[in-house]
Amino acid sequence: MGYDFDWSSIPGALPFLWEGMKITLDITATAIAVGIVWGTLLAMMRLSSLTPLSWLAAGYVNLFRSIPLVMVLLWFFLIVPRLLESVLGLAPGSDVRLASAMVGFALFESAYYAEIIRAGIQSVPKGQVAAAYALGMSYGQAMRLVVLPQAFRNMVPLLLTQAIILFQDTSLVYVSALADFFGAAYKVGDRDGRIVELLLFAGAVYFVICYSASLLVRYFRKRVGA
Amino acid sequence: MISIRGVSKHYGSFQVLTDCSTEVNKGEVIVVCGPSGSGKSTLIKCVNGLEPFQQGEIVVNGISVGDPKTNLPRLRAHVGMVFQHFELFPHMSIAANLTVAQEKVLGRPRDEALERGLKLLDRVGLKAHAHKHPGELSGGQQQRVAIARALAMDPICMLFDEPTSALDPEMINEVLDVMVELAQEGMTMMVVTHEMGFARKVAHRVVFMDQGRIVEDAAKEAFFATPRSERAQQFLAKILHH
Repeated sequence: MGYDFDWSSIPGALPFLWEGMKITLDITATAIAVGIVWGTLLAMMRLSSLTPLSWLAAGYVNLFRSIPLVMVLLWFFLIVPRLLESVLGLAPGSDVRLASAMVGFALFESAYYAEIIRAGIQSVPKGQVAAAYALGMSYGQAMRLVVLPQAFRNMVPLLLTQAIILFQDTSLVYVSALADFFGAAYKVGDRDGRIVELLLFAGAVYFVICYSASLLVRYFRKRVGA
Repeated sequence: MISIRGVSKHYGSFQVLTDCSTEVNKGEVIVVCGPSGSGKSTLIKCVNGLEPFQQGEIVVNGISVGDPKTNLPRLRAHVGMVFQHFELFPHMSIAANLTVAQEKVLGRPRDEALERGLKLLDRVGLKAHAHKHPGELSGGQQQRVAIARALAMDPICMLFDEPTSALDPEMINEVLDVMVELAQEGMTMMVVTHEMGFARKVAHRVVFMDQGRIVEDAAKEAFFATPRSERAQQFLAKILHH
């Protein structure tokens, strides 16, 4: 007595699943891009000698790192739509789930990126900053031309690892019933009564993508270490 | 050119510099020496504002370094500095190391900056290495590039913070030769070093520091012939007996 696998509903659902994958990739890319930019600013604020700035950044990072991601997403799902409605004058009920998911992920991931980038900045020897200043560079120039390029080179493996985690975490947008790749697979499975097959398939896709990416990370790690 | 008047500095309760005063006139070479931990590196870093100090005044070319209103980047752009650990930018080629500040700080056009950089690279005998990265050069070569990088900014004076103490012995002379040449051309220089041979050859004055104080500030001949303080006598005895 066994379970009869029936994979026949997958081929027909591929276009729908691809739409879901596009949402997943959209959210991942946005969160990485915003996360690195905002995370860099947060890291620089945190390392700043101006205490209010450094406290503000530390508060932000500690807050977001102490709250489960699902809750952040849920809050943004509940709050952002109302906010957008009132600020942009959107009709109530407009679908802003994707936007709210992007905002939630971006703000959440920034806190993690900020910590990685802070460690990266601190990994650049102090003498490099002194040399940049001694040549007449301003703080901004020293950061942009000397510190950050070296910091990011050291950080590539960690940033990629965080991106892989983020890519998997995007599946949590199911709380807002948004059809990302995982959500789309679930919907198809639910419709055809083939949830097991669809989730196994989705799992395999996540595995292939993430495992390939982690091989890439290993390659970069070797290069940075060399 | 450089005037240090009554400078004191402390980290918390630890006194690093106590009431230090000295002068470096235009075209003068002064060597600052003393045992490790005597504050000589800290003092030279105060001169271009890399280290803050709490009391006293440092005036470089008529500009007060400690004044909060002073535009430090603009001042530093014309005060060359060479560090113990070279501090070339490892992610840039030698050529880019020589041109980045000329372009971004002085606003020189790229070709002009490159021409100036390569001329100075040739001067320190490393013309063939322009395309390489710092990691591909020996310590002595890196330090010569660092000197060329500072000179490319057309500095009004040069600060050297133990430029040879991180080098293997056989590389020390190639760096000192460049520095001697620079001194003989009349560059104003403040040099923290233990190389007494260099001091004997080109220094005008020697400043001896101990425990954050300037213990002795004398003309070279007087310093080597008859050091007044006991501490300086002991130091010289130790350092010259090898």
